[in-house]
Order: sequence, then C-alpha cells, then structure tokens
Amino acid sequence: MGIENLILGFHIAITPFNLWMTVVGILLGTIIGVLPGLGGANGVAILLPVTFTMPPTSAIILLTSIYWGALFGGAITSILFNIPGEPWSVATTFDGYPMARQGQGGQALTAAFTSSFVGALFSIVLITFFAPVLAQIALKFGPPEIFAIQFLTFSSFVGLGGGNPLKSLVSILIGFILATVGLDIVTGQLRLTFGITELMRGFDFIIAVIGLFGIGEILLSVEEGLSFKGTRTGMNLRVVLDTWKILPRYWRTFVRSSFIGFWMGFKPGGATPASFMSYAFAKRFSKNADRFGKGEIEGVVAPETAAHAAGIAAMLPMITLGIPGSPTAAVMLGGLIIWGLQPGPLLFKDNPDFVWGLIASMYTGNIIGVFMVLAFVPLFAAILRIPFAILTPLIVVVCAIGSYAVHNSMLDIWYMLIFGVVGYVFKKLDYPLAPLVLALVLGDMAENALRQSLIMSQGSLAIFFNRPIAGAITAVALFFFILPAITPWWRRFRGSPSPAAQAGRD
Amino acid sequence: MRAAEFVTASILILLGGVVLFDAVRIGFGWGPDGPRSGFFPFWLALIMVVNCAVILAQSALGGRGKIFVSREQLGPVLKVLWPATAAVALMHFVGLYVASALYMGFYMRWVGRHSWVPVIVIALGLPIASFLIFEKWFLVPMPKGPLEQWLGY
Repeated sequence: MGIENLILGFHIAITPFNLWMTVVGILLGTIIGVLPGLGGANGVAILLPVTFTMPPTSAIILLTSIYWGALFGGAITSILFNIPGEPWSVATTFDGYPMARQGQGGQALTAAFTSSFVGALFSIVLITFFAPVLAQIALKFGPPEIFAIQFLTFSSFVGLGGGNPLKSLVSILIGFILATVGLDIVTGQLRLTFGITELMRGFDFIIAVIGLFGIGEILLSVEEGLSFKGTRTGMNLRVVLDTWKILPRYWRTFVRSSFIGFWMGFKPGGATPASFMSYAFAKRFSKNADRFGKGEIEGVVAPETAAHAAGIAAMLPMITLGIPGSPTAAVMLGGLIIWGLQPGPLLFKDNPDFVWGLIASMYTGNIIGVFMVLAFVPLFAAILRIPFAILTPLIVVVCAIGSYAVHNSMLDIWYMLIFGVVGYVFKKLDYPLAPLVLALVLGDMAENALRQSLIMSQGSLAIFFNRPIAGAITAVALFFFILPAITPWWRRFRGSPSPAAQAGRD
Repeated sequence: MRAAEFVTASILILLGGVVLFDAVRIGFGWGPDGPRSGFFPFWLALIMVVNCAVILAQSALGGRGKIFVSREQLGPVLKVLWPATAAVALMHFVGLYVASALYMGFYMRWVGRHSWVPVIVIALGLPIASFLIFEKWFLVPMPKGPLEQWLGY
C-alpha cells in the first residue's frame, strides 16, 4: 500500500499492449452492454476463453474493461431505448428515457457518462487508499451482519421505493421464493421441484432479467406504440460542454450517490440497490422531487453515479478477500483461478504487479472509457433509426441467444418468454421488478446468512439486535419497513397535504 | 384493472399455498443442525399469502380505476408475443439460426411491411452474422438443426 505501488501499477497498465486491451475491452463491453440480452457478466463469461493465452494482468485488464464498458453501455440502452441492459441501470430509465423522448437524449447521455466517471473515480481512489482498512472491517462481518445488510437493502425498496409498499414486498418475496427452487445446498434436499428434473437447476437470475426487462419491456412499449422510433439524440460537442456546465450544480447528489454506491457496492449484489437507493434519496432531497420520473437530469445523475461507484467497489472484496461483489466479479474470480492466481489477501503479497496493475488500469480504463463512449455515442444513436419491425425481432433473438448461452438450455428460452409476460403484467399492475430480480440474485446468500445466524444463536432472532454492527443496521432496516406506515400519520401531524400517490416509480 | 389485480393476487396466493405445502412437507422447523430446508420458503410464502390477501382486499374495496389493457393495446402486444413464441417452438426443430431468419423475415414483412429486398437481406444477414459471432468468434454453441448439420456443424 502506497504511492510507489500505484506507480508500479501504472508502469504496467500503460504499456501499449495493455492500453490496447483497455480500448478493445471498453468497445466490446459497451456493445455488450447495449445489447439487452448480453450483460456484463455474460459478456465477460463468453470472452473468458479468449484470455487463457494472455498474461494474467493483460487478461484481467481486458475483462475489467469489458465490465466498465458494459456499465457505460447499460446507460445508453436505458436512456435511448428504455431497456436497461443491466439490473443496475433500471433506475436510469426513470428519468433518462423521458429526457430522450423530450429530445434531451444528448444531455441525459452526457450526464450519465459523466456521473459514471465521477462515481468510478471516487471508488477507485477509495480502493487505492482504503482497501486494507475496509477489508479489515468487512472481515469482521459474520452471518448476522451480512443478513442485516441484505435486510436493509430490501427494506429500502419497501420504505423508499414509493408506490404500494405491499407490492414491493410481494416482489421481493417472489424473488426469494424463486431462488429457493432446486437443490438446498445446506441439507442437500430438493425444494419446490415436485419431482420435475428440469426444476432442479432452479431459476437463473440472468434469464429472469432478460425476460422481465428485455421481453417485458418490448411488450409494454409496443402497446404504447411510441418507442423505438427515431427520437434524435442531439449529441454533439456543444451539448456535452453545456451539460458539463450545469452538472456541478448537483455536487451534493454526486457526493451522496458516490458514498451510497461505494458503501453498497463492496457487498455482493450492491450495484442495483445502490442505484435505487441513490435515486430514492435524490428524490427525497431534491427541490424538484415532483419532476422525478418525468425527465429530471438529477434522476440520471444519482443512479449512474451510484451504479458505477458500486460496480468498481465490487472489485474490492474480490481482490482483497476473494469474495466477488457482483455477478461479473464472480466470473472474473473464476478467471483468476484459471490463470493460476490465488484470489484473496495473498494477492497483494505474491502478485503485487497483478493487483496494482489492475488498480492502475481502473484509472486508465475509466478515463479512456468516458471519452470513448462520449465520442461513439452518435454511432449508438444510429441504432434508434433502425425501424421498429427490425429491432423488435432482433432484440427477441438476441435475448433468446443470451438466455440459451447461460446453460445451453432450450427451456431457459421458454422461461424467458414466461418471465416476459410476467414482467408485462407486473409492470402494468405496478409490482416493481427490480426487487424481484435482486431477491433472486441474493436469495441463496441471504438464506445461508439467516440460517447460519440462527444456528449461532440457537434459533433466537435477538442475534440481529445484540451485536453492535448488525443491531444498528437492523434498526435502520426496521425503520425503513415501517416508514410507509408512519409517513401519512407524520404528514397529518405536520399538517402538510399528502400526495395521493407517488408517481414515477418504475 | 380490478379484475387483473384480483387474478394476479389470487394466482400469487395459490402459488404461495403450493410453496407452503412443499415447505411443510420437507419440514420448516428446527432440525438437528439448524433450521430445516423448508424454514426459509415457509416464512416467505406465509408473508406473501398474507400480503396478497391484503392487496386483494385493497383492490376489492378500491375503485374500478383505469382499464388494464384495451383491445387496441392488446393487438400489438399479441402481434409480438405469438410470432416470438412460434419462433422459440421452431428452434426445437430447425435450430436457432434458421428459426430466427424465418422469424425476422416474417415479422419485417408482416408488421413492418418492408419490401422484399431488405427483408431477405436482413433476415439472412443477421442470422449469418450472429452465427459467425457466436459459433466462430465467441465459441458459444446455439441450438442447431438439420441445415447446420448438412453444412457440417
């Protein structure tokens, strides 16, 4: 740890070959992020075999650059197509898409990329200087703390999500229930399979994401009959510079979202809740709260800053503890082992050139990335001019390819279609989809943390309260859960009028 | 809207019941080494059933609200859904590439009313391009049918 290590890292990261890998990775990653069926995790997994013959540092630089590119690319589809390429760009659609519809696509994209960059830089600086300290804090986390953090995550959906809190809760529960389908890894028992072999594998969250967001979104948008039509993005140098001029106004949102992003991000599955929490907080604290969901630039800044900060922060536990902080980081962890490296704290000792090369490449990758996406956006905007009758089947086919590639299973394509219809119905009835997906991703982890905690305490729930860190987190989580119940009462007490419904969610 | 709310909540209660049934079957209490397998699903399903019952009551008491889906809206939705379903069914027999060529061509011609030249160029070009990208470049195998077999893949 120290400046000389970082300088060593830069010596590795800015060799011509590694810089070339960065450029290729970001280009591929952005394309992968733009295609709704292929997310960062999938793209990294698909390209993993290509890296076997490379030196490990170049390989990780290529894969992480794909990851950064996918993070940037997710914003492009969210804003221009209203299709989140990744679950953590869902919140970006809330205001990004309305902005694009109003002809402010250029502003929205510039704000998104710049926010991503700011969030990323914040996380990278923190990783560089505070990695050892934070790793030690996280090392102390036992199952009760991990469960408390997940409890907090889901409580924020219920408490801060707006809309009907009961429906948010139902979405979370459906996600968790879907996650329990299949083999229980603790006891080896089959659950909810009813003797059907195909159900043993369970439901993969990638399929759910592709179906709920990809297919569901297409069904919803054809109904409106407006989407996919060529709204001009109006992206040029002047728009970029003008947007940069107004962005410093939102410095509070940048700072708050960066912190939320980093804090949520270094825990598994953090990017998605980080983007939602950041959006919810920005809405709560903004003077223009009523403009959220209708095309407010702050509503793009908040989730993008947090998502990218979280996406970078997800690398922290992977390199320091050997625990992936996101599905994409999990795939990279697999890569590390294949390249013959031992993930975990020993990396810093045994392979400093690898770790510090990686950390330095985060700086170079994101600096190159933000200029690349800004420059290439006119190319991506061209996608908007493709006729609707070509794009719809194309997206369906890409979604089908993405679904099939996960497990080489035709059944997954059928699941994708079913999830698509479910997503359409849920969206119309205002059941939020993101908590469902998140619960599906975190289901096993949450269940294991809960069970281990209960074993530690002999079945008493008190364990979530009488450990200091877990207790504090649980208390905040419980507060969020009862927030929807006390808010109307509080408003009456204060004598302020209660808004009938909080619009703008989903 | 009310009917759709009602049906959705009812289906979810039904599913919750199925989960409860399975959780009770495998045991949801305290086993010799901690909570049994059914523990987590049991409580999830129980809370979900109670929640959906409340949503059901809310929708029954609430006003009629806006229409869930109008006839004009449902048309385009089904127009996307059924060809997609047919294409997926077709993949079982002719593989993903041929099915997507037929699907793209059909959709472009039928919905988009594009003229034959772009229909044929795109319906053939995109599957060929995705074949090269996924089979050749990314080495991700997709479902294949008799045509690919005949070509030696």
